[in-house]
Amino acid sequence: MTTQIAPQVSRPTSVPLTAGHLPKGAPWIVLGGSLVVSAALFGILALASGGFDWGGWLVVGALLSVFAIWLLSRIVEGARRATDRLVTALVTGAFVIAMIPLISVGVTVVVGGLARLDVQFFTESMRNVTGEGGGALHAIVGTLLITLAAAVISIPIGLMTAIYLVEYGRGALARGITFLVDVMTGIPSIVAGLFAYALFAIFWGAGTRTGIAGAVALSVLMIPVVVRSSEEMLRLVPNELREASYALGVPKWLTIVKVVLPTSIAGIMTGVTLAIARVIGETAPLLVAAGFTASMNYNLFEGPMNSLPLFVYTQYTQQGIPQHAYLDRAWTAALVLILVVMLLNLLARAIGRRLAPKSGR
Amino acid sequence: MTTTAPARSQPKATLRLGDRVFSRTAVAAGLMILVTLAAVAIFLILRSIPAFGATSEDASILPAGENFWGYVWPLVFGTVWAAALALVIATPLSIGIALFISHYAPRRLASTLGYIVDLLAAVPSVVFGLWGILVLAPAVQPIYSWLVENAGWFPLFAGPVSATGRTILTAAIVLAVMILPIMTAICREVFLQTPVLHEEAALALGATRWEMIRTAVLPFGRSGIISAGVLGLGRALGETMAVAMVLSATPGLVSFALLQSANPQTIAANIALSFPEAYGVNINVLIATGLILFVVTFAVNAFARWIVSRRREFSGAN
Repeated sequence: MTTQIAPQVSRPTSVPLTAGHLPKGAPWIVLGGSLVVSAALFGILALASGGFDWGGWLVVGALLSVFAIWLLSRIVEGARRATDRLVTALVTGAFVIAMIPLISVGVTVVVGGLARLDVQFFTESMRNVTGEGGGALHAIVGTLLITLAAAVISIPIGLMTAIYLVEYGRGALARGITFLVDVMTGIPSIVAGLFAYALFAIFWGAGTRTGIAGAVALSVLMIPVVVRSSEEMLRLVPNELREASYALGVPKWLTIVKVVLPTSIAGIMTGVTLAIARVIGETAPLLVAAGFTASMNYNLFEGPMNSLPLFVYTQYTQQGIPQHAYLDRAWTAALVLILVVMLLNLLARAIGRRLAPKSGR
Repeated sequence: MTTTAPARSQPKATLRLGDRVFSRTAVAAGLMILVTLAAVAIFLILRSIPAFGATSEDASILPAGENFWGYVWPLVFGTVWAAALALVIATPLSIGIALFISHYAPRRLASTLGYIVDLLAAVPSVVFGLWGILVLAPAVQPIYSWLVENAGWFPLFAGPVSATGRTILTAAIVLAVMILPIMTAICREVFLQTPVLHEEAALALGATRWEMIRTAVLPFGRSGIISAGVLGLGRALGETMAVAMVLSATPGLVSFALLQSANPQTIAANIALSFPEAYGVNINVLIATGLILFVVTFAVNAFARWIVSRRREFSGAN
């Protein structure tokens, strides 16, 4: 078996250190063996039915290897180590399972999206387009405008709230605001959309769908994220800096503006970028509050305004003929959307690294 | 500095204009949060009052002979059922992934692996919807057929099987994928906070890695796991687009069957699907269902916060 034979020269009572252990590479060998066995099994099935079942091969192979390593360890190493090996296999398996949707989404979006990733997609709207052709310029412009408006609303409110909580907030009000910010993080996006719709319906009549309503809906989702991340960054600013500033006779508000904010600006900008990345992909609130259209609309305050997520949604739900033209546009818009979100995330990391306060001077 | 200080015993702090303006602005911004949340509640309540007494004569969206509550009950059931299924799938997975990242993977890889899992959170929900309907549903349909054929005696797997795969189980899988990153992130944070001394003590007593995790890490992280689960539940309850696209729902149905072509609808998805064409009192009815969703998620989140607040360091927003 896998245990080594004790060298003859040593005393009869001595046991080698590796006795009762599987060799180091055992799990990998078992995994490979199981996959081969599984391949053989499915190969025979494939001969009978004609097609090789790749998914079935992987699943059966993985399950077989988990069972085999447990059994092998149980025989060689005993029950406790067998459980340990079983859990290791399961935990690794959980991670691998989580990778499946990620890889699958990535591959399908890239493969499906490359079909229409052309100049026309970025330079034309869907006005008077049925069937093939057309582009998402109106949706891209809409997403940019709505997100920009949402950022303009949320960043000042969010940042000032964070400053209040860190620099001024005492007592019941601060505690209440902290609690409500936490609650706001959990507002379902569609409820934010309904709120913006109800708000604008009261002042501008029922059925009003404008870009700014969508921006208000997105701000409801964005403000708590901005508050949370900024608050955390402001708390990281060492108190000595504030005290040094006060000692020089600088008023409190100037201390905040000139000392506290510059020290924490990198973290705050990272948080803001992440908040933007989070709301830019929201669909439901815009569906309710901003509506959708096939035409260009540069005016936030009048008429429905399309956005990239809604473009994906409407291209899928309102398919025409030929079907593939609509699906291709949907996938391409999805690809662009994911790329934008990724870009924002990378930007956030880059900002965090570039603007980090210089230390040790 | 030859002049002596004025003989004032208590130097009076002069409040500068800038100070006053700045602190007032800060307070005003904080109050905006209060106002916004109150406004959300008030506007939703105002707009949904007409719905509570509505009958099928006022609002065409209500099924014949039903009042509002008869309409909303199947939706509440569908919402809770889909979210619960998603939670059942996501909880063991996220604990496993968090353990893998915190205790099994090589130290140098840990943060990279965490970042990879967080990538899942960067995918917009509408893309998950598209993926669920065009990739996942066709992929799992054969498995569903097999399950119905071989395990159809089990009530949850009762047939007839859906031909498209767009069942509530598929929707729950998509939801589970979407709540994985937040749940994993919270679990990972608590697992990493386990006192190293506890872990080393367990190992020194001869525990295997799993025994160390069972005796030191999991008891320490229990409240974190619970709050991760509740936060994930809150996310799953409110998730809209993925469910709206993936689920092929039958309005008004209350059914536990996982694999049939007739499935209960969720509140959020119902709003997204019906709202663009709604008019008159129908709009009020839909907003009222949104209000109920708001109340449910508020309660769930408040519960999660209450658990988290016993450990201040982590929350869902970061």
